[in-house]
Amino acid sequence: MDPNQIIILAIIATSVATFISRFLGALTSEKVDASSKLFDWFNLVAYSTLAALLGRIIIFPAGVLADADIIIRLIVLISCIFIFIIMKKNLVIPTIFSAILLSVLTSI
Amino acid sequence: MINSKIFFKGLKSLIGIRSPAIPLAACFVALGALLKDAGLNIQQSAASSFFTYALPGQLVMAESLLIGASIINIFIAVWLVNFRLYPMTVSLFPLLKHKSQPRWKYYLSCHFLAISSWLIAKDTYKKIDQKYRIDFWMGIGFGTWTTAIVTTLIGFTLADYLNKDIIIGLAIVNPVYFFCMMIGAMNNLKISLAIILGTILGPVFFLFSSEWAILFAGLTAGSISYLFGVRDGS
Repeated sequence: MDPNQIIILAIIATSVATFISRFLGALTSEKVDASSKLFDWFNLVAYSTLAALLGRIIIFPAGVLADADIIIRLIVLISCIFIFIIMKKNLVIPTIFSAILLSVLTSI
Repeated sequence: MINSKIFFKGLKSLIGIRSPAIPLAACFVALGALLKDAGLNIQQSAASSFFTYALPGQLVMAESLLIGASIINIFIAVWLVNFRLYPMTVSLFPLLKHKSQPRWKYYLSCHFLAISSWLIAKDTYKKIDQKYRIDFWMGIGFGTWTTAIVTTLIGFTLADYLNKDIIIGLAIVNPVYFFCMMIGAMNNLKISLAIILGTILGPVFFLFSSEWAILFAGLTAGSISYLFGVRDGS
């Protein structure tokens, strides 16, 4: 198959595989009441799944992040969370700082 | 049809001290460069962010293309990594429901569901009258989605100028932003437990299965926190 066709098929497959979860979510939401126990469970599972994904990204990253040492990744994450807390939950400063700190620490 | 005042209020969440624009830009610029590496042209890269708009899935696609995986394998791997969008939608949309609003708004705007837009909506929905929450959500979603598409194009264009140290720096921005947002959301014991357990179980389960880890870790940590809440009476 022509590589261009493979790329187009891959984009379609990725988009459909992603939209299924969103669409099913919207469909299920019609039947779920925001004050129900089921909603509460979904809410906690959503936060846990997100946290699991982020924990995985920091500890076992895919792609370029793997080139930075795990200790460096953890130092950057923990110091940025600390900045976030002391800066009264400002998100812009810790995020910009994280990129600069990681670039500096990896280039030493 | 759409309350424009509320829509723009949602769109405005792109600016200010809690802005998701910087982390979104950082990760989609890096993605744009990666898509170019994976052999996509500029139109295909924009189409990927336009139609998929879910970074972990797009990363899986790019990396799978680089190693020559089959389309079926890409589909399954992306479905597994993006399955989190299902519980995320179910834990947001019931909060935005109103009987006066047409259903198409929900089915169309579910495409805007991503970690950044979800965290912002969960953080701010209470400030909006229930009747117009869906319009507010559409504003947030439209803003984050277009930011992702535009910055993918920027990343593609700048790919040759981005050295490895810059790409590594960009790659950390997103997890740092999401971790900070989640810590900001830890306003009760159940959610705090769900987040802490999830963070621990995600990497632990990854040691046993790289594909199913996130799904199982999320289900396990979420259910334990739920049972803890039931026992606690909250």
